Amino acid sequence: MSKTFFIDLTKCTACRGCQVACKQWKKLPAEKTENWGSHQNPKDLSGITLKLVRFNEVEEDGKIQWLFFPEQCRHCVEPPCLDAMTVPGSIVHDKETGAVVYTDLTAKEKDKEAFQASCPYDIPRINTETGMVVKCDMCIDRVKAGMLPACVATCPTGAMNFGDRDEMLALAEKSLTKAQKKYPNAELIDAESVRVVYLVQTDADSYYQFLSADASTIKKGPMTRKQFLAKLGNPIKHMTS
Amino acid sequence: MTNHWIDLKNSDTILIMGSNAAENHPISFKWVTKAQENGATVIHVDPRFTRTSTKADMHATLRSGTDISILGGMIKYILDNDLIFKEYVVNYTNASFIVGDDYTFEDGIFAGFDSKNKTYDKSKWAFAMDAKGNPKKDPTLKDPKCVYQMLKKHYERYTLDKIVEISGMKKADLIKLYETYAATGKSDKAGTIMYAMGWTQHTVGVQNIRSMAMIQLLLGNIGIAGGGVNALRGESNVQGSTDHCLLYHILPGYLKTPKATQQSLAAYDKVYTPISNDPKSANWWANYPKYSASLLKAMWRDQDPKDSFNYLPKLDSGSAADYSWLTLFDKMDEGQFKGLFAWGMNPACSGANSNKTRSAMTKLDWMVNVNIFPNETGWFWEGPGMDPSKIKTEVFFLPCAVSIEKEGSITNSGRWMQWRYKGPDAPNGLKPDGDLIYELMHEIQELYKKEGGAYPDPITKLSWDGIATNGVFDPHKTAKLINGFFTKDTEVKGKKFKKGDQIPSFAYLQTDGSTCSGNWLYCNSYTAKGNMAARRSLAQTEEQANIGLFPNFSWCWPVNRRILYNRASVDLKGNPWNPKKAVIKWTGPKTKWQGDIPDGGWAPGDKYAFIMRKHGFGQLFGPGRADGPFPEHYEPLECPVKSHPFSSTLHNPVALAFNDEAKAVCNPKFPLVGTTYRVAEHWQTGLMTRNCDWLTEAEPQIFVEMSTELAELRGIKNGEKVTVSSVRGTLWAVAIVTKRLKPFTIQGTVVHQVGLPWHFGWTWPKDGGDSANILTPSAGDPNTGIPETKAFMVNVSKA
Repeated sequence: MSKTFFIDLTKCTACRGCQVACKQWKKLPAEKTENWGSHQNPKDLSGITLKLVRFNEVEEDGKIQWLFFPEQCRHCVEPPCLDAMTVPGSIVHDKETGAVVYTDLTAKEKDKEAFQASCPYDIPRINTETGMVVKCDMCIDRVKAGMLPACVATCPTGAMNFGDRDEMLALAEKSLTKAQKKYPNAELIDAESVRVVYLVQTDADSYYQFLSADASTIKKGPMTRKQFLAKLGNPIKHMTS
Repeated sequence: MTNHWIDLKNSDTILIMGSNAAENHPISFKWVTKAQENGATVIHVDPRFTRTSTKADMHATLRSGTDISILGGMIKYILDNDLIFKEYVVNYTNASFIVGDDYTFEDGIFAGFDSKNKTYDKSKWAFAMDAKGNPKKDPTLKDPKCVYQMLKKHYERYTLDKIVEISGMKKADLIKLYETYAATGKSDKAGTIMYAMGWTQHTVGVQNIRSMAMIQLLLGNIGIAGGGVNALRGESNVQGSTDHCLLYHILPGYLKTPKATQQSLAAYDKVYTPISNDPKSANWWANYPKYSASLLKAMWRDQDPKDSFNYLPKLDSGSAADYSWLTLFDKMDEGQFKGLFAWGMNPACSGANSNKTRSAMTKLDWMVNVNIFPNETGWFWEGPGMDPSKIKTEVFFLPCAVSIEKEGSITNSGRWMQWRYKGPDAPNGLKPDGDLIYELMHEIQELYKKEGGAYPDPITKLSWDGIATNGVFDPHKTAKLINGFFTKDTEVKGKKFKKGDQIPSFAYLQTDGSTCSGNWLYCNSYTAKGNMAARRSLAQTEEQANIGLFPNFSWCWPVNRRILYNRASVDLKGNPWNPKKAVIKWTGPKTKWQGDIPDGGWAPGDKYAFIMRKHGFGQLFGPGRADGPFPEHYEPLECPVKSHPFSSTLHNPVALAFNDEAKAVCNPKFPLVGTTYRVAEHWQTGLMTRNCDWLTEAEPQIFVEMSTELAELRGIKNGEKVTVSSVRGTLWAVAIVTKRLKPFTIQGTVVHQVGLPWHFGWTWPKDGGDSANILTPSAGDPNTGIPETKAFMVNVSKA
């Protein structure tokens, strides 16, 4: 049975246990950061930061929302990043779990930027030390051993969930119905096309511009130049791969 | 906590006030979230909109230091609208007690005030007694001198408009808060409070908590599932350290430190053993002499407790002003201390008024600093503004094992004593604290034996090997001693015990030296059945499962009772107020109580519910505190107002303060209210977490949070470095300009508040900044001496 994360953002307290657990399990070093007027740190994903809790304050009619978005690879059901692959085996799409795993061979890719550009969620990054293209791998080593991904295991509130896809989708639907009582605009993001399904309490863009895929029906506002170019580039890369 | 973490899920209304639980107690939100899933309402009252507020159903703001105005107003609201749980209030609280004629309250001052010494004569707050020596009562609650009527009178001044004017809370929020919380006064509803340092670190800290305890009594919320008064403890074992009383005024098990005037064990016991003439009052502290004798026997095995009592150090007074933390460093700064053990703590950053604390350390001859990392305390001599060539203090640094490298127990917030096995060995032969303390005292004993001294007996006769096996500290032996054992063959309650048998529970302790127990509260934790704290069984009855009790997992004081005061969760016949969430239930004379361990096994109605109180009743009127029997609003010693609407007494008249230290009251140089707090990513002074790169990556530097309005006023941009200053010191911080803080309107004037975390220190990281305690005042609560670090005055300017 393929796997899926269900991440209920209405329950996320931004304790950042997941962000730290990811670094700990992956033995990734800390970045040298500075406070930049936000509690969000590091500022962005990077070659050594694969999971990041983003913070955003939104105020409407005097009512404040502080939105937290633990960001990671969505493990797309049909991963568009496969189109960026030119070295066979640099991406493995695991049949059993559905995990999208980048391998050492990504270091041999000529156009590493293409991975990030191909991603509707702007996830892949390059590790400058190893030259690899990197992102969340669903803790495939843990999952194959019957364990939960490190981020899910550490979550105190039940915001992060992981399991068989049908169970997670059922949990997502159930949680959505509950959440809508308090948050009428709550919705599930791209549930059919990804294996990391977020439940948001307000429009996805208020959390972060790449929370939902730009192709998604709920996408508001125009495409960025980067997204536009990515779209434009995709078919060409597909032809050359 | 009167209750425990899991029990939060049983609540219908969770008030989080004086705490930022989601950030500082993240696991608590597992249970808060479960309560919400069950339909509970979560209210967060805090000056800031925090990560906790994001999950609350309601968030209301108040200016730091005005909690009693809000809570006093809630008491008035409950009484005015007759929302009390009347059967509970009449039967289980002292609402019906008649207050004596000496009691007065005039313009913010209670009877018995001594303005010269800044103390109260508490005898003026005594109850009126009947011929039998019991408090006079009026169960109709109509007597104008009864506590209920006195309470009404005391808080009639706390009107909504006055509260709004001084606290800055919006009136609509205030009413909604009162309506929502007071609705838990129904027999089938539970309300709980989660509080932490946001309530305690004030010159009215104890009275903040008392206000809420009174509300909980009025609404019948104490003793029940999903109720109680829940202090969220900040260290994994701070409950344990409190129970074992690492404080000046108490000995293990909350026994009192003797005073110099108490020249014999009998005289000492007499002072602290309450006497009730009412046979229905269990008056549990009547057992005091058994506990004191057993403690003395645990320390000096070969001595009669009557003799070894003389070995205990004695205090001249019990006053926080004479002995507590702030005074200790004040005297140290005057050169009155030669040496200091700074063990597992970092006072150079953790204590209020860091510059004073650090200056005090320069007056020492020596300091022993035991820690797992180099820190601002052990290295104070090379800190900012210090010239090592002019400092005489000799510092000895002892690195030690960390928690996972040693065996032992911790006691969590919910009073669970949890045994932990040892993980890896400590590197480089580093030793656990227990070993260090054992070896140190052993050496001191040897020196006294060899060289003598002014009064060597207390040290040379100490049964120090009671905690060691073959000269090595032994955590199991220590835990067994804390529980206690029989010192000779004895018969108690018809049961025969051999010398050396573990004592089954504190009900078996004796006054004659035939029992020893290092802490009576923990008697029952390590018995003939073994180490109860090491149990990990999830077995439970249906009733226990219903409210999330796990009586076979770890062990909980007292006698494994998971919810304190649970006799108050049932009516006088033993039927639970709320059968759907029963804590205990009387099932008849044969089968007795079911559910949790009851507060005493007596049949229902045989004894009053609050067995730890002399008279057996929860105290709405509390004549034991240093600053009055009813909580009263006073401004913090540094505040932005010249007056408040409740009396002309601006500050707590008996607050702990040092007269030579200036305070900013309506001082235009320091117009902003300041407060300190913590973040999820760092712990205490940050010593452990600042040395953990992933956490420093997430929160790398000291920041000051401020509203967009204040930032605009000062021309400060988000993310730029600014200077924050108070009467006591100055530091830099990164400005976080946020909509999550809003200016208050206080007495018609706009007042801004800012806040900083106190997790940083100059040693590491190098660009992390210094402790926010550089700003905070040496001012404290008169009962506990806890410093007022949650409300003080500062200024912020562009760096």
